[in-house]
Amino acid sequence: MKNISRIFLSLIFALTLFQANAQQRFPKPEFETGYVQPSPTTPEPRSTALEYTDVLVLLAALSLASWLVIKKRSRRGILWLSIFSLLYFGFYREGCICSVGSLQNITLALFDPVYKVSITVLLFFLLPLVFALFFGRTFCAAACPLGAIQDLIIIKPVSLPVWVRKTLSFIPYVYLGFAILYAATGTDFIICRYDPFVGFFRMDAPYIMIVIGIALLILGLFFARPYCRVFCPYGVLLSWMSKFSKHHMSITPAECISCKLCENSCPFDAIEIPEDEKIRTPKTLRENLKRFSLFALLIPVWVFIGGYAISSSHVLLSRAHPDVYLSELLIAHPEMKNDTKNIDIKAFRESGKTFDQLVENAAVIRTKFRIGGWYLGGFLGLVIGIMVMNQFLFRKKEIYEPHKGDCFSCGRCMSYCPVEKLK
Amino acid sequence: MEKDKSIKRREFIHTGLRLALGFSLAGVAVAAGRKSTAEKWVWQIDPAKCTQCGRCATECVKSPSAVKCIHAYDLCGYCDLCGGYFKPGVKQLETGAENQLCPTAAIQRKYIEEPYFEYVINEDLCIGCAKCVKGCSSFGNGSLHLQIRHDRCDNCNECSIARSCPSDAIKRVPASQPYLIKGEFIKPLKG
Ligand code: SF4
Ligand code: SF4
Ligand code: SF4
Ligand code: SF4
Repeated sequence: MKNISRIFLSLIFALTLFQANAQQRFPKPEFETGYVQPSPTTPEPRSTALEYTDVLVLLAALSLASWLVIKKRSRRGILWLSIFSLLYFGFYREGCICSVGSLQNITLALFDPVYKVSITVLLFFLLPLVFALFFGRTFCAAACPLGAIQDLIIIKPVSLPVWVRKTLSFIPYVYLGFAILYAATGTDFIICRYDPFVGFFRMDAPYIMIVIGIALLILGLFFARPYCRVFCPYGVLLSWMSKFSKHHMSITPAECISCKLCENSCPFDAIEIPEDEKIRTPKTLRENLKRFSLFALLIPVWVFIGGYAISSSHVLLSRAHPDVYLSELLIAHPEMKNDTKNIDIKAFRESGKTFDQLVENAAVIRTKFRIGGWYLGGFLGLVIGIMVMNQFLFRKKEIYEPHKGDCFSCGRCMSYCPVEKLK
Repeated sequence: MEKDKSIKRREFIHTGLRLALGFSLAGVAVAAGRKSTAEKWVWQIDPAKCTQCGRCATECVKSPSAVKCIHAYDLCGYCDLCGGYFKPGVKQLETGAENQLCPTAAIQRKYIEEPYFEYVINEDLCIGCAKCVKGCSSFGNGSLHLQIRHDRCDNCNECSIARSCPSDAIKRVPASQPYLIKGEFIKPLKG
């Protein structure tokens, strides 16, 4: 592999040589005074070895977090660990690379035939998911810098009505879907571009992102972890894993006595409250089953509607790609082809590509968006379908337990449990 | 008895789904793993593609930009009338700021010997605007060119200049070959 990249690089260098020679208008001077020609300095990037250290730190943080919340049951430990992660992955590493953004690198690696991803990035993507599959979202609890910055500022969390929460919980799926579509088509990494907190880590960001970041933090004082719950696309993957995790944390260390003391302890409304058995008369059960089956049958319809809707807006969506944008602009305004003010048009003229090539390339990208639109829309339709269907699914619940998909394993609820104190 | 059954059934389904998720994760890992490298990747400007549009100065997440002009002395003609240093059409070759192309006077001109002058970039002043690069490529040897300086660059997951570069000049390069310096081909490649 290394060889290929070396050959490739030498080729580039050779090309550069060719260009440089073509430009050599003035001969190289022959100095007589013994002047020594300096050569340009090349400060090295952060070493690859340090990137591997980051992976080890992540692994350690995840292991420690899982141990702290499941075995040690220590909220304080989680708190300190999340402060560490905020300092290390946030302020020291300046929020890059993060597991949330890495999902785009992985997507691009799967779709782009030439794109290569470094193993460290792949590990950043995989490790939290693997841990979630075994221990729940312990990554969110104490290893994610974005989660930590929000978790540390919660002062007075309010509880939202269920229907609002259910509706909001659809947004991360949309974000995830679009992030994958835009990464797969090589258009943009929207998760990185619209990362609300990376600006704080770097002390520098576009004005609008700073405003959004501050707004989210203020919101986060009362609506705990707004980014995690309403936007985080990686959280969707984590919640899938966590939902079926083997050793998820539990509120009580032994047996739940249904004392209801922990009922309101979770700032994220992640504790599922056992339902009153009495509302489950055989009649309502039967009716629910009927509705459940009806909506299950409706899922293909949702999938089709979603796929059709998004794929038919592919022209609009693909405009985010610079080539598509430019070709549309030039088709609409042919007179602009000679514009000397517009940087993109000027650079396109200087690139030596023909207009037909541009239009052709734009058509290829648009097709990708049309096909990708079917997948994206279908996926979102499926999610809506399942969400609606699940409204009528009865899960027997007798004890107080965190919702394994939504729970961040932060450990706050544990100290409310009287059984914990008896231990 | 009845309850036990339903709990057992649920556990069975969960184990199945857990395995399914585990396998899909492994699948993604293998597929992406085949396209992975042990080395990390960094961003760099291909000087052959750059059209000196000026966005490098404004689009970088760092301010001032992590992109700086560097001088490939090897290619330089050490001209008295430097196309990268002087504004086009200056009357006298004087080093006053009004004569200089560089908005921040980041290029230092030093007399070497008749008739040669050396031009050195002060990176702390340079904002990566490419004005001098344009001048040097249009009127001189093209020895001045832009590079991302890795002591300043944050190596963003997606370089925000790469996103807006009109010439597609910014790409990922392996960290062991982090620069694409004009003329560097003469040196043996390391690694
Ligand atoms: S550990 Fe408890 S308090 Fe924390 S998110 Fe989960 S249910 Fe809520
Ligand atoms: S944005 Fe691209 S074309 Fe413009 S100066 Fe930077 S590298 Fe050159
Ligand atoms: S003209 Fe622009 S790119 Fe050249 S040295 Fe000055 S600031 Fe740097
Ligand atoms: S990777 Fe980030 S810091 Fe580096 S040049 Fe690009 S935008 Fe600037």
